[in-house]
Amino acid sequence: MSKKIIATTSLAGCFGCHMSFLDIDERILKLVELVEFDKSPINDIKVFTRPVDIGIIEGGCCNSENIEVLKSFRENCKVLVSLGECAIMGGLPALRNGIPIEECLREAYLDGPTVSENKEQVLPNDPELPMLLDKVFPCHEIVKVDYFLPGCAPDADLIWNALVALVTGNEMELPYEVVKFD
Amino acid sequence: MSETIEFKIDGRKIVAEEGKTIVEAAKINGVYIPTLCNFEGAKPKGCCRMCTIKVNNRFMTACTIPGAAGMEVESNSEELNDIRKGIVELLFVTGNHFCPSCEKSGNCELQALAYRYQMMVPRFPYVFPQKGIDASSPKIIKDQNRCILCQRCMKTIKDEKGRNYFAYQNRGSKLAVVLDEKMGKEMSDELAALAMENCPVGSIIYKENGFKKPIGKRKYDKRPIGNEIEA
Repeated sequence: MSKKIIATTSLAGCFGCHMSFLDIDERILKLVELVEFDKSPINDIKVFTRPVDIGIIEGGCCNSENIEVLKSFRENCKVLVSLGECAIMGGLPALRNGIPIEECLREAYLDGPTVSENKEQVLPNDPELPMLLDKVFPCHEIVKVDYFLPGCAPDADLIWNALVALVTGNEMELPYEVVKFD
Repeated sequence: MSETIEFKIDGRKIVAEEGKTIVEAAKINGVYIPTLCNFEGAKPKGCCRMCTIKVNNRFMTACTIPGAAGMEVESNSEELNDIRKGIVELLFVTGNHFCPSCEKSGNCELQALAYRYQMMVPRFPYVFPQKGIDASSPKIIKDQNRCILCQRCMKTIKDEKGRNYFAYQNRGSKLAVVLDEKMGKEMSDELAALAMENCPVGSIIYKENGFKKPIGKRKYDKRPIGNEIEA
């Protein structure tokens, strides 16, 4: 059996899901027998180099770059998996949903209690910077997502079981303890 | 003394006193029917529809209907469980249920039902409401974005004179369960803790007592909701 190709990314996430991925511990040795990584922060490959079987998305979409990366994942991956609460429902970044974006920026860069060195009262406006979205969106509200693995961060066993099921085509093991939202 | 009656849930024999609701009778006989707005000891209302069952091919709420002799109840079927899962999903998208940052996580009945029905993602778009948070009481926080309007706090949290701490305000889509401002300021620690416990979600938070139990030791960390009934 040829190895499946995997790509991963962290959008508006904290990399906690990727950390949890590494919690599969010694099973990582089995993993390298099953899959090969393409674009992923784990191997630092920045662009897709070939068609990918499984794309794993951590984090929701809070800015234009997140949307672009997510769309490129959808284009390049046969199967997309939303990994973790942020990808599934926006997660903690989505706590800002409902607060006007201007108010958020003012609090962060102008009026907040920790702002000390912004004498010119500038909001970040470099054209290189991605534009913030008015809301943080779950990934499946932007592109079609095939599978969802909840948790903050998702249990390493949940990630492992899902990957093995996707790679081998068998049904996924889903014991009660591994599906948690926190 | 009331008479004993017999009926069936999913083909299983249920023996109970006449007058007991189907949820109560099922519980005594080791059958779990999921509930959310229902609270033992308080008058059932049947508003959350989690306990939806089918009798004679008609939908009913098992927390409000008393069992009747010879009744054949359908409860644990694919169709009904999907309806229940749908209700949980709707409650998740219409409120701000950020489990990772909620002090109720692990002890939350809504979350536990989502676990029981293996909700990986709601089928509906998220609303992210902004209904406000009342933190004026020194003892509790009432987060309206998490409230599911079940009335459990209204029915069970009272002072020694029987006055309610919580009440409905407004109507329709603006309906809210609010804490009485004056009584909220004088709330005891015991009552605040009880209010949090009786709330099926994280809408009532007992201040300065969050995250006391570590992950792994909370109510629904290891065993699904209803497990204690099913034995």
